[in-house]
Amino acid sequence: MRDPNMLPILDLKGVSKQFELQSQRIEALRDANLQVRKGEFICLIGASGCGKSTLLRIVAGFEPTSAGQALMWGMPVQGPAPDRGMVFQDYGLFPWLTVRGNIGFGPSSRGRPAAEVRDTVERFIDLVGLQRFADAYPHQLSGGMKQRVAIARVLANDAEIVLMDEPFGALDAMTRERLQDELLDIWQRTGLTVLFVTHSIEEAIFLADRVVVMSPGPGRIESEMKIELPRPRDVMSADFNAIRRELSEKLHSHHGRKAA
Amino acid sequence: MSVTADTNAPVLTAAADTPSRRSPLAFIDKFRNPAIALIFPVAVLVIWHFTTYGRKFSLIPPPSEVAIELYDLAFGGIYDDAFSGTLLTHLLASLSRVYGGFAIALAIALPLGLMIGRIPFVRQLLDPTLQVMRPIPVTAWLPLAMIIFGLGPRSAVFLVALGAFYPILINTIFGVRSVDPRLFEAASMLGCQGTAQFFKVVLPASLPAIFTGLRLGLGFAWVVIVVGEMTGVQTGLGAIIMEARQLSRTEIVISGMIVIGIAGFISDWLVKMLGQRLLRWSPGYA
Repeated sequence: MRDPNMLPILDLKGVSKQFELQSQRIEALRDANLQVRKGEFICLIGASGCGKSTLLRIVAGFEPTSAGQALMWGMPVQGPAPDRGMVFQDYGLFPWLTVRGNIGFGPSSRGRPAAEVRDTVERFIDLVGLQRFADAYPHQLSGGMKQRVAIARVLANDAEIVLMDEPFGALDAMTRERLQDELLDIWQRTGLTVLFVTHSIEEAIFLADRVVVMSPGPGRIESEMKIELPRPRDVMSADFNAIRRELSEKLHSHHGRKAA
Repeated sequence: MSVTADTNAPVLTAAADTPSRRSPLAFIDKFRNPAIALIFPVAVLVIWHFTTYGRKFSLIPPPSEVAIELYDLAFGGIYDDAFSGTLLTHLLASLSRVYGGFAIALAIALPLGLMIGRIPFVRQLLDPTLQVMRPIPVTAWLPLAMIIFGLGPRSAVFLVALGAFYPILINTIFGVRSVDPRLFEAASMLGCQGTAQFFKVVLPASLPAIFTGLRLGLGFAWVVIVVGEMTGVQTGLGAIIMEARQLSRTEIVISGMIVIGIAGFISDWLVKMLGQRLLRWSPGYA
């Protein structure tokens, strides 16, 4: 901690979350600890109910913690803010705004001058390659295009961390692969920090610097795995498959423990 | 920027269109639906004609007599009685009441609906009362309206406003309450929070439902206008229908009905067109 650059951008300290559901207490997340450094690409993986989405929503500021703290640059997270941009699986685009309008929504809400908003919008439309569809409404776009808009929207709003909740889960395999490539490309060019929730082992290994394995009942962080394969990663390579097997065993051993 | 807006949009929708638009049958297709829609009214006209024409003591006049009366009502020069050439006066009187009452209903129901939908305290305060008053038919308000507002156009405007009020209110509440919660999350993480969300999220998101309310409300305004103009006003389509009834001028009654039908249809069509322009973004409206 001597070097201020070593301060993690995101620091989860003993984060727990309980819900009251039909007078039953659900422990969605128990004592989660995680440090994320600026520029890291982290994937959270685990079966449904492991609390990975809850963790993301706590970081986003949509849910308060029941115990523990989420610190952003050392400051406690208090509600949603533009420094933490969320990309939802169901896009969450504003249907009454065009692609331009959606991307410009954040900057103009924050009172940026119109000329600056226009420039920003054009820059990020270029970044995600949607020039031809700049004036289309969301219902006219394919799922992949909508997700590009959602990504551009948080980037245009100066997000430091992009929180992605199974963003490619609803897309077909081809589109999904293309968007994974594009996301990595954007990540490498911009130096973003990404917290990416997925249930696909392959997706996690393909994207992440570090994979965080979670398990349900109660939702918790089980282990971490550094992925040191050079990019671009070849999903067919022997190294990739070795990691895939290792990660798969980790996931299943946690499940086995739960069943025991 | 807006120049490209109009050139881009058709490119997108063109891809979704079926190629059959280019087929040689397109010309026939274009006139097919109106032709089908005409079968029924023409049949009614024919039956109406043969059951009434040439019968001395028919209480219902044949269609030709109604057509002549409608012409006389509009332009005069045939019967030259008290009704001749008065149609425009009556139509304008009714129009001003329909739109006046509608505007009053809109001015009250829209903000009220937005507040009931968004502010729990306002909902708890007003919603139960409004729900109990809702089933009371507009006609039941007639005597009370005449006591409060007197004989004359003010009662008519009040009743029209009352008729248009509930459709606008109910649909606005529905629209506001069914905004996808995801959009609030999206707005707040983008830096749009608190009351700003009301104008940047709630209002646009509920616009389709509000527009449905406006169409229904305007429809009800036309339904209520005849009742409203029974309150002793001298002009208006409802007024001449009631007056003609007392004089047994059934052809004028039917003429008035036809004019109300057409005027109501056109006003609905205008609102629909406006809605399609404003709600191009909504898959349900475009």
